[in-house]
Amino acid sequence: MTKEETKSVLMEIVAQIIPDEDLTNLKGDIPIREQVELDSMDFLDIIMELRKRYGIEVPEDDYIQLATIDSSVAYLEPRMRDL
Amino acid sequence: MDYDVLIIGAGMSGLAAGIRLAYYDKRVCIIEKHYRVGGLNSFYNRGGRKFDVGLHAMTNYVPKGVKLTPLPKLFRQLKLKAEDFALCPQRMSAIKFPDKTLRFNNDLDFFVQEVVDNFPAQADNFQRLLKTIFEYDELNLYAKPISAREAVGSIISDPLLIDMVFCPLMFYGNAQENDIEFGQFVIMFKGIYCEGFARPQAGVRQILDVLVRKYRGCGGELKTRCAVTSIQAANGRVESVLLENGEVLTADKILSSAGYVETMRLLSNYDPTGIEDKAGQLSMVEFITVLDKQPAEMGHETTIIFYNNSDRFDYRKPDELVNVSSGVICCPNNFQYQNPLPEGMIRITNLANFDLWNRLNEEEYKAQKAAWLGASLNEVVKLIPDFRDSIVFTDVFTPKTIHRFTGHINGAVYGTPNKTKMGITHLENLFICGTDQGFMGIVGAMLSGISMANLHVLQKA
Repeated sequence: MTKEETKSVLMEIVAQIIPDEDLTNLKGDIPIREQVELDSMDFLDIIMELRKRYGIEVPEDDYIQLATIDSSVAYLEPRMRDL
Repeated sequence: MDYDVLIIGAGMSGLAAGIRLAYYDKRVCIIEKHYRVGGLNSFYNRGGRKFDVGLHAMTNYVPKGVKLTPLPKLFRQLKLKAEDFALCPQRMSAIKFPDKTLRFNNDLDFFVQEVVDNFPAQADNFQRLLKTIFEYDELNLYAKPISAREAVGSIISDPLLIDMVFCPLMFYGNAQENDIEFGQFVIMFKGIYCEGFARPQAGVRQILDVLVRKYRGCGGELKTRCAVTSIQAANGRVESVLLENGEVLTADKILSSAGYVETMRLLSNYDPTGIEDKAGQLSMVEFITVLDKQPAEMGHETTIIFYNNSDRFDYRKPDELVNVSSGVICCPNNFQYQNPLPEGMIRITNLANFDLWNRLNEEEYKAQKAAWLGASLNEVVKLIPDFRDSIVFTDVFTPKTIHRFTGHINGAVYGTPNKTKMGITHLENLFICGTDQGFMGIVGAMLSGISMANLHVLQKA
């Protein structure tokens, strides 16, 4: 998966988890939770969805890496490259 | 292992937990001892009519678009749409005490104005109470339990206002006599006064159907008429679960919504020391009346009335079979439906004494049901138009009925007063969800299942 594909997959997952939020102006370098209503339960679902769809395990210590879209893509890209 | 997770009980919490786990590809099975799902919040048919048990109204109702409150959280977590529950908001509810009435609808400002109009001296104190409530993190699983009577009593100085505010919160989700844990108070206060009541036109069936369909759609397995005989434990772990039909199931983790003491009693090496006295005591009786007209035609337009006709509101196990001096009058017709319900109905709920009901022989039991129906109606028609001549059908369920359908010791509607917020037990893979975990109300029950599934299964990769 390319970096662009990784990002679009991530955006699709976020949109699925919080379908009632407008994501069109989401900025990549600002924490997602500061821009839209996304609580810790929703955040857990991003992790769960990555596991469900792609078998990616994100250990609890790495959750911080998924704070923004950009940092998430940077973290996920090497893990999704071969998918 | 047969399953990743075995869930005991297909009530609101068990089904919600099941959806979470099945959606995220856990091999999960819910076992339910009855042929029907729902537990406390279930339904039945009698005389060609459909009846609900438990649910008068869903609390925590917010219109579509409101975020961050429990109901939208629940929809997100269960991957449901707000439309799925088809909730219709209430019209108007009321708290009626001998000298005062406080009305409330699904608009907090309206309720605040009612308080200010009826208790002008408490206006500032009530604002302070609201501030305390909004600043409190009621979902913090690590919070130390504190008494709501003490916390609220230090802010509101009129005991009548305190009792009136407490009354609906107690009837709709409090296992403790005369007091309520403050976190629980906040959950119920927000669910009832800040958010509000709604009901699907089809009643609790609508909600249960949606949950079961979603659960099965995610690949979850549901076994009804499947009671647990015992839970085999060794070395601090559950090893297997023995069913009444002789089957033995194994699972990595067990999530039980059967109640804390009830679950402990299932353990093969059960030690009752320090556990049995935790069982709840508060049970209720419900009188269901079907009418030959819509209650609104008789001038009864209120959705739910929480009443107390005595000097002091007493929320405790009564010394008689039933305490009719306080209770809840629910009119399922008085929600904002698209089309009216086919028949008028009024349901009355009162506190009741399980031991006394349980002691009666069959004949006495029938006679007492009829007698207390009469007594309860006599009390209720002091508050709403006399509808007794319009009654075409009645049914009564008692603490014994609740015991039979929920398995709760003493028919305790809301389980033990000692909640297990974290859901953990002395066995490393046995967890508690539902009533005895401690998020109350129907939305609370589902959030309990969700939280425990998240905390004890999904977060542990």
